Amino acid sequence: MTDTISPSEKFIAPKPTSFVTDVASVVARELRPTLRDPFSLIFSLVQPLFFLGLFGPLLVATTDAPVEATLQWFVPGILVMVALFGTGSTGSNLLDDIMVGSHERTLVAPLSRSALLIGRALKEVVPLMAQGLIVVLVAVPFGFTISIPGLIVGLIILALFGIGFGALSYSLALAVEGREWMFWLVHQTVLFPLLILSGMLLPIDDGPGWMKVAAAINPIGYVLEAERALFAGDLASPAVLGGLVAASVITIVGLVIGTRGMRRAR
Amino acid sequence: MSYIESKVGLMSTETMITARGLRKTFPAKGGPVEAVRGVDLDVEAGELVAFLGPNGAGKSTTLRMLTTLLPPSAGEAEVAGHSIAREPGEVRRRIGYIGQRSSASNSQRVRDELRSQGAFYGLGRRETRDRIDELLESLELVAVATRQVQSLSGGQRRRLDIALGLIHAPALLFLDEPSTGLDPHSRANLWQHILELRDRTGTTIFLTTHYLDEADQLAERVMVMDHGEIIADGTATALKRGLAGDTVTLGFETGEDARAAAVQIGGEASGQAVTFASDAGEHAVPQLLRQLDSAGLRAESAEYRRPTLDDVFLSLTGRSLREEGAAHGTIPDAAERPAVPTA
Ligand SMILES: Nc1ncnc2c1ncn2[C@@H]1O[C@H](COP(=O)(O)OP(=O)(O)OP(=O)(O)O)[C@@H](O)[C@H]1O
Ligand SMILES: [Mg+2]
Repeated sequence: MTDTISPSEKFIAPKPTSFVTDVASVVARELRPTLRDPFSLIFSLVQPLFFLGLFGPLLVATTDAPVEATLQWFVPGILVMVALFGTGSTGSNLLDDIMVGSHERTLVAPLSRSALLIGRALKEVVPLMAQGLIVVLVAVPFGFTISIPGLIVGLIILALFGIGFGALSYSLALAVEGREWMFWLVHQTVLFPLLILSGMLLPIDDGPGWMKVAAAINPIGYVLEAERALFAGDLASPAVLGGLVAASVITIVGLVIGTRGMRRAR
Repeated sequence: MSYIESKVGLMSTETMITARGLRKTFPAKGGPVEAVRGVDLDVEAGELVAFLGPNGAGKSTTLRMLTTLLPPSAGEAEVAGHSIAREPGEVRRRIGYIGQRSSASNSQRVRDELRSQGAFYGLGRRETRDRIDELLESLELVAVATRQVQSLSGGQRRRLDIALGLIHAPALLFLDEPSTGLDPHSRANLWQHILELRDRTGTTIFLTTHYLDEADQLAERVMVMDHGEIIADGTATALKRGLAGDTVTLGFETGEDARAAAVQIGGEASGQAVTFASDAGEHAVPQLLRQLDSAGLRAESAEYRRPTLDDVFLSLTGRSLREEGAAHGTIPDAAERPAVPTA
């Protein structure tokens, strides 16, 4: 015990952590449950795989196009669906943490609020890439063809979209103030219109005019068109740029809204 | 602390918590809820303070303001040398908080959650591992270290909360009802752990509890809160002495004897009994008996009762805390603990 300790030194504190370290710590924490139990990844794949396996053959039967062409059109849609379902419901994990109290614990820890959100959103990339690859590989034996550069760029756009949509899901979790039913209500209400209006299941071109207008402002439609072009190997298509812009916009909007929500979190 | 004071090394004058006019009003359907109404408090480094009060008194809300979780509606506070409003980040690095609810996420494994917590506080990998081993051991969680939090029993969960709050051995520790849901053995362990930590590092401890005996035996200082205000503040002994004193009750064969005895010793008779207020019952009883003997009055029975914190609360508010939850368990006796270093 010395008598030269200054008051501030008396309250020994751990050394400050950087923003990047904080984000990395959050990503590591959020990834652990998935790494410990990788089969949980299958859960959000069930629905999309059913669409692939049950809706796909119907699609083949109703159009006169060959199976390969139908798959080439349909599988990118399934990929986007995986991203929508997977990242769209990820906010429920945060909601659970909020209700249990563990979120409060992280709010008292010396982490920046934005790191808490950005880390969670970035984590979405890992399961999404794994799931995306599973879907693509499942489709290959049935005649789906992949261009490797197209796959890489396609997954990058999908990852961007997943980060943004995940961030939006977290924003929703923060906004519903513990009302779980509200989270799922909004989730369902938003997800299906977005899904159908993206032209994922059936082309929008044949729909009524108002639908085409709605589809034109649905950013997910642009992501989907980009994926279709990329898997067809058409990297120079303007649709790719459109998808990249749409995914980036979703990411920025998601992170901005989410970070603001996290800063206000109590 | 002035330069001179720090030079001469007045250790215990370091202020850990200062709050002035702290208020919190929540908007609610049936009109605003004034959860905390103007709390002033000062806690010195190394103190162990228990915050006692009934449900809804505003204990958690006060703690949540002091730990930067809630912005106060009015007032200000400095915690561990930093303003909660202007430097919440600095405050957070210096404190530990164990909330009233769970601290661990259902989907995580016990050890994983502790690892994350170590990383959040910027502890090195090795340091974190050593701390985790130590905490798992002392809080008896080794057997469940690889289990998912979801599968833990209530008490195991609570012990994990405590381990999480202690990972960085904070200089100031807030605990919101830490022992609720623990069996007597676990409560004793918890207290042993906390008191050891305090003895070793001089950690300041600020806790809330419903357990009267816990506040009574463990805390040197008790703050009683009711309806959002602190209505009493002092050592448990001082609070009890200031309010009631011990009550000596003497029983007699007849009401007549009792009345005569009451006159003789200056007590109060009712039926065959006389009650007498005293500062120290254990000394009063033999003395009273001798006095009565020499007056030719024979007491048939004698007993004295120490006031409890419940009596303190009762006399302050007219209500009893007793129903809130009776506490049982072995707690290391405050008197047996070594003095606490404060720097
Ligand atoms: N977020 C909130 N919104 C509205 N009212 C609240 C909120 N949080 C607390 N309150 C109210 O503030 C008051 C004080 O609550 P607080 O949780 O601080 O009490 P407490 O002393 O910790 O009680 P307990 O012993 O039951 O834990 C209560 O009337 C409670 O209903
Ligand atoms: Mg409380």
